[in-house]
Amino acid sequence: MITAGIDIGSITAKAAVLEDGRILGAKVLFTGYNSRQAGQAVLDELMAEIGITREKINAIIATGYGRNSVELADKAITEITCHAAGAHFIDPSVRFIIDIGGQDSKVIRIDENGRVVDFAMNDKCAAGTGRFLEVMARALEVDLDGFGDLSLKGGAAAKISSICTVFAESEVISLISKGETRENIIAGIHESVASRVAALAKRVGVTEPVMMTGGVAKNIGAVRALEIKLETVIRVSPHAQVNGALGAAVLAGGINR
Amino acid sequence: MADQSTAKDPEKERRKIKSVSKMKEIMTTYYIEAKTARENGKKVAWITSGGPVEFLIAMDVIPVYPENHGAMVGASKMGVGLCEKAEEMGYSRDLCSYARSDIACSVTDGGPIGGLPRPDFLVCCNNICGTVLKWYEVTARFYHVPLFILDTPFIHARFSEASRKYVVQQTYEYIAFLEKQCGKKMDFERMNEVSRLAVHGLRLWQEVLDTTAHKPAPMTAFDAFFHLALIVTLRGTKIAVDYYQQLLAEMRQRIKDGISMVPNEKYRLLWDNLPVWYRTKWLSDKFADHQACLVADTYTSAWSGVMDLIDENNFIETGAIAYSSVYINVSLDIMFETLKKLIKKYDVDGLVMHSNRSCKPYSLGQYDLQQMVMRELKVPTLIIEADMVDERSFSESQIETRIDAFMETIKK
Repeated sequence: MITAGIDIGSITAKAAVLEDGRILGAKVLFTGYNSRQAGQAVLDELMAEIGITREKINAIIATGYGRNSVELADKAITEITCHAAGAHFIDPSVRFIIDIGGQDSKVIRIDENGRVVDFAMNDKCAAGTGRFLEVMARALEVDLDGFGDLSLKGGAAAKISSICTVFAESEVISLISKGETRENIIAGIHESVASRVAALAKRVGVTEPVMMTGGVAKNIGAVRALEIKLETVIRVSPHAQVNGALGAAVLAGGINR
Repeated sequence: MADQSTAKDPEKERRKIKSVSKMKEIMTTYYIEAKTARENGKKVAWITSGGPVEFLIAMDVIPVYPENHGAMVGASKMGVGLCEKAEEMGYSRDLCSYARSDIACSVTDGGPIGGLPRPDFLVCCNNICGTVLKWYEVTARFYHVPLFILDTPFIHARFSEASRKYVVQQTYEYIAFLEKQCGKKMDFERMNEVSRLAVHGLRLWQEVLDTTAHKPAPMTAFDAFFHLALIVTLRGTKIAVDYYQQLLAEMRQRIKDGISMVPNEKYRLLWDNLPVWYRTKWLSDKFADHQACLVADTYTSAWSGVMDLIDENNFIETGAIAYSSVYINVSLDIMFETLKKLIKKYDVDGLVMHSNRSCKPYSLGQYDLQQMVMRELKVPTLIIEADMVDERSFSESQIETRIDAFMETIKK
C-alpha cells in the first residue's frame, strides 16, 4: 500500500511517500503565500520524482499549520501526533522528541507504541525557533547552512540575555560593536535557543533516548547546545525536516477507505 | 408562518437552555435599576467579585461589579479598543484587562452599556488579587468617593485564629463604614434574612453545577460562565434564589429528557481559570467537534466552593472565613485538593488550563498544578495561553493546534 503525508509548516511545505514501510521519497518546498497550493505543489513534484501518480496513493494525511487547507488530504492530524509517529517509524526505541521548526518548538514524550504521552509547545514568541536562528544569521551575515558549524568554533559563548527575538537582535548588534567574535556570538545564540527548548523539555520530563526532528535538527550547533543543556546524547533523524510528513504517511496507513 | 429559509434546526432548538431569556431579563432590569439609582434615591457601590455583597444588599445599596462589566466588555468583543485606550492613558499592557477596560469605560463612558453608573462609594476585597487594591484606589480618586478595603490574608496551610480575628474585626469596620455612607443603622434582622438567601442561592447554584456530573452533561462550563452572573451580582436576593430554582428544574428536566449540550458527548473535560470571554463560542464549538464537553470548571464553583464554611445564623463571623478561603486565595496544595475533587466528581478525561495573561494569582502555579495532576491523577492536562478580555493575546492557529493535539492524545 502506498500512502503520503503532507506537512505545511510556516516556512516550508514537506511531503513524504511510503510503500509498505519503505520510504519512496520525500520533498521540501517553500510554503510561500498560498499554503493551499503549496501542499498540492510539493506532492506533485514528489510524485513526478518517484514516478507515481495520484491514483496509486491509497491515503493522504495532512499536518502542520496548514493542515486544514490541504484539500487533497483524506484527513488532518496535528504535527504533534505526526512527529511522534515519524520518529517512532525511524527509531522505535525513541521516547522523547524535540522538534524545532520555523515558528514552533515542541517537545513530545511518547510511549513504546509511538503514541503521545505528553507534549509542550513554545508560547507566542519566536525565541527558541528556527525563525529566531534565521533572523540572527541574517544579522551576522552568515549563511544559515554554516551557522551551526561556526557555533562549534566559538571559544567562550557570548551571553545573550534577552529572550525576545527583536531585542536579542539588537543585543547581537551591540555585541558585534563591542568586538565580540562572530563565533562566540553564534555560540551564544545557540545556547539561548537551547535554554528555551531545554526548559520546555524539562517541563514535560525528558525520557531517553531523545531524538531531534524539524529543520533546526540539521544545525549541529543547536543539537550540541541542547545535548549539553539536557546532559544526554541526541539522535538526529536522518529525515529530520520531513519527519512530520513521514509520520503523516505512516498514520495514513491506518486509514480505512 | 415561518418559511423554509428561516426555519430553525429543531435539534439545536431542543438543546438551547430556555432559562437564558429570563436571565437576560433579570440582568437588563438589574443594570437599568443601577443606572437609574440616583433618580430613585438609591446608593450605588462598586464591589469586587469576591467581596461581601450581602451587607450591601442588607443596607439596600445597589452593588455594581466592574468585573462582571469587564466580562461583558470581553463577550461583546470591545476589549481591545478599551484596553488600548487605557494604554494610551499610561496603563501597562501587563495590567489586568478587566482593570484596563473598566478604567477606560469610566473615562469614555464607552463599552456595551455606555459605562457603569457612578459609584457613591467603593468596596474592595483582596481575596481575588492584589490588582484590585490599586484599581479601586485609582477609581476612588477618579470619582472622589470613599473606599473600603477588606484585607483577607492568603491561606498557606490553614486559616489561623489571628487571621480570623483580623477579618472579623474588619467586617465590623465594614458595617460601620456602610452605616456612615448610608446614614442609617444596619438592620441585623434584615442582614440575617439576606444571609439565608445568600446561602440558599449558593446551594442552588452548586446543585445546578452538580447536574453536569450526569453523563451526558445537560449543560457545559460555557453555560455556567453565563449563568454565574446572578450568584455574583445578586447573591443574597430572592431574585437569585428564584432564578436558580428555575434553572435547576430545567437542568433536571433535561437529564430526564436525555438532552445534552454537546451532541454525542464522549469526552469530558475540566476547565481552569476565567473564560476567554470573546471566544467562548469558538472554544465550545472546537471542543464539541471532538465530541468533548467541558463539563465543569474551577471558576464558577469558586463562589459556592466555600459555602459550607458559612453558618447562615452567624454570617458576620463565619463569612469572614469563607471569603478568605476562596479558590485563588489559597496555596497550590489546597488548590490541588479542590482540583482533585472536581476531577473525581465530574469524572473527567482531561484538564484544560487557561493561562490567563490578565489574572496572575489564578495563572501562577498552573505548571506546577499541571505536573501534580498528571503525576498523581494521570489525567492529561493542556495549557493554552490567552487572556479573558484582550483579544490581542489570543492566537487562533496556535491554540487550535494545541487543542487538536490534546484531543488526539485523549482519544488514542
